[in-house]
Amino acid sequence: MSPNLLLVIVVGVLFAAGVTLLLERNLTRVILGITLLGNGVNLLILLGGAYGGPPIVGVTPEPRMSDPLTQAMILTAIVITLGMTAFLLAMAYRSWLLTGHDNVQDDVEDRRIRERAERDQGLAEPDDEEPAATVAAGAPR
Amino acid sequence: MTWLVPLPVVMPLLGAAVAMLLRRHPGLQRGVSLVVLGATLAVAVALLALTATGEPLTVAVGGWAAPMGIVLVADRLAALMLVVSAAVTLCVLVYSIGQGMAGGNDVTPVAVYHPAYLILTAGVTNAFLAGDLFNLYVGFEILLAASYVLITMGATRSRIRDGTTYVVVSLLSSLIFLTAIGLTYAATGTLNLAQLAGRLDALPDGLQLALQSMLLLAFGIKAAVFPLSAWLPDSYPTAIAPVTAVFAGLLTKVGVYAIIRTQTLLFPDGPAANVLLVAALLTMIVGILGAVAQSDIKRLLSFTLVSHIGYMLFGIGLASDAGLSGAIYYVVHHIIIQTTLFLAAGLIERRGGSTSLDRLGGLARLTPVLAVLFFLPALNLAGIPPFSGFFGKLGLLQAGVAEGGALAWILVAGSVVTSLLTLYAIGRVWNLAFWRTPRLPVPADRVRALPRLMVGATLALVVLGTGLTVVSGPLFDVTGRAATELLDREPYVRAVFGEAP
Repeated sequence: MSPNLLLVIVVGVLFAAGVTLLLERNLTRVILGITLLGNGVNLLILLGGAYGGPPIVGVTPEPRMSDPLTQAMILTAIVITLGMTAFLLAMAYRSWLLTGHDNVQDDVEDRRIRERAERDQGLAEPDDEEPAATVAAGAPR
Repeated sequence: MTWLVPLPVVMPLLGAAVAMLLRRHPGLQRGVSLVVLGATLAVAVALLALTATGEPLTVAVGGWAAPMGIVLVADRLAALMLVVSAAVTLCVLVYSIGQGMAGGNDVTPVAVYHPAYLILTAGVTNAFLAGDLFNLYVGFEILLAASYVLITMGATRSRIRDGTTYVVVSLLSSLIFLTAIGLTYAATGTLNLAQLAGRLDALPDGLQLALQSMLLLAFGIKAAVFPLSAWLPDSYPTAIAPVTAVFAGLLTKVGVYAIIRTQTLLFPDGPAANVLLVAALLTMIVGILGAVAQSDIKRLLSFTLVSHIGYMLFGIGLASDAGLSGAIYYVVHHIIIQTTLFLAAGLIERRGGSTSLDRLGGLARLTPVLAVLFFLPALNLAGIPPFSGFFGKLGLLQAGVAEGGALAWILVAGSVVTSLLTLYAIGRVWNLAFWRTPRLPVPADRVRALPRLMVGATLALVVLGTGLTVVSGPLFDVTGRAATELLDREPYVRAVFGEAP
């Protein structure tokens, strides 16, 4: 069985779009990215199994059956991704309630250590990430 | 006696359901959790005794035979990991019950804690027992889903921030793992570990390497191997003390366990061993340098956690009998010690009102008990003789020297340097938090007495960790036989396919 080229391309596009969205700071976009990536992975698993008719004995002759195992795995994966997406959405909502935006902030301790290092080298500069964060903060409202 | 095998997974799951139903009766809920985890520990010990014959126990779930159905396999390694994880989760549960009953600003007494904690245990045990790559994935997902709830418990601002990092990174590693599973299935037509062992050997080298790197990438993120470790010190320290402790002790080790399993069973002599050794060296050095720079006890301990993952990788990368045995011993030792240290950090936070080294001071005079509870595991972590950490490192160093070669010798040197730097980092905590005179008077409302139950649970783990020293000989026997069994591969495959169900 040769793989379906269209599906392979779709998997590639889903992966690329998913990874691009994952690199965003905004949690809502990260969730969209994870959803796309999850769907890409599911399609990829589907491509790994045989293609054919419904895998029911008596309906389809055995050599032309599709692979039921991949579909079972995808079902499990879909349920898991659904639960995780719901949890992430709840977190994004909670973050919006608490801070008014859902951007992922820098770690406080990391920032302190970085600032200390910059001060030690005499390079102390104002934190240039604040303006970007406030601009993006308008988006989810 | 194979009916014992599924119990460590089933009992906590059922217990979680019962605990959820009892959410309005905190007393009963605690009782259920304690009974369930106590029973899990008993079953785990029984499994370890039963696997001492050298024949792994298997159960085909639902009666479906091996290649079609899902199997649970308890071999010596899995049983050993079960015993240690059950003991640690039980102690941490007692600690958190003590903390919850005593109350305090750090605790959010929500009813979901006990069910989530039991589900986390079920996920960990399922991952250890899985005889199937997809079941391993499901085990990971169970424990991760519970860990998301636990790490954001209370949903304060800082926990949501740090929890986001943790959840997104974990989800990404799960997706990578799932991709690897899809590709493995496409290449071999099976996901049963025992069947994969034969079929992967027949694949071309390049394809094997690709699958192996995908799996290592996924497990490497979970085990916090440098350069995939940056998420850990950012996310662990903000959770409540018992949660941080159990995460630090167990979750990364589940990743290490998965690496051991796939490296020995699926890719026994792949070319990735040298990559693992380099990653081990970098994890050790970069991790411990991070620890030296920190000024918060919990973050410092998180960095030592990352650093000491390198020791286990060192043993796995050597792929020799002695190396693997040392790595398994080190996993056992490190689960107990790292959990104890985080529990002690929780006590420090309670007594001193903070975990920042800039604020703490004079604790040795205030609470000598706490000083002992911190001092013993701290020395153990650094590997001072006669503690078990010393034997673990000694075993790994001997394996490295026996292996020879430039890379192995560099790693031996790196291990010694890391050990010394760990001593330095731990010594800094001791000097600043315990020995010097207090710099700022701690506000009276932030200082609380230490509940007996919390101290008792920590003390139990300190005794367990110190007791490892006494049983080092027998324990090395067990890990040695487990390593031989793993490298042999034959017993595992025979146990899954050999006997008719």
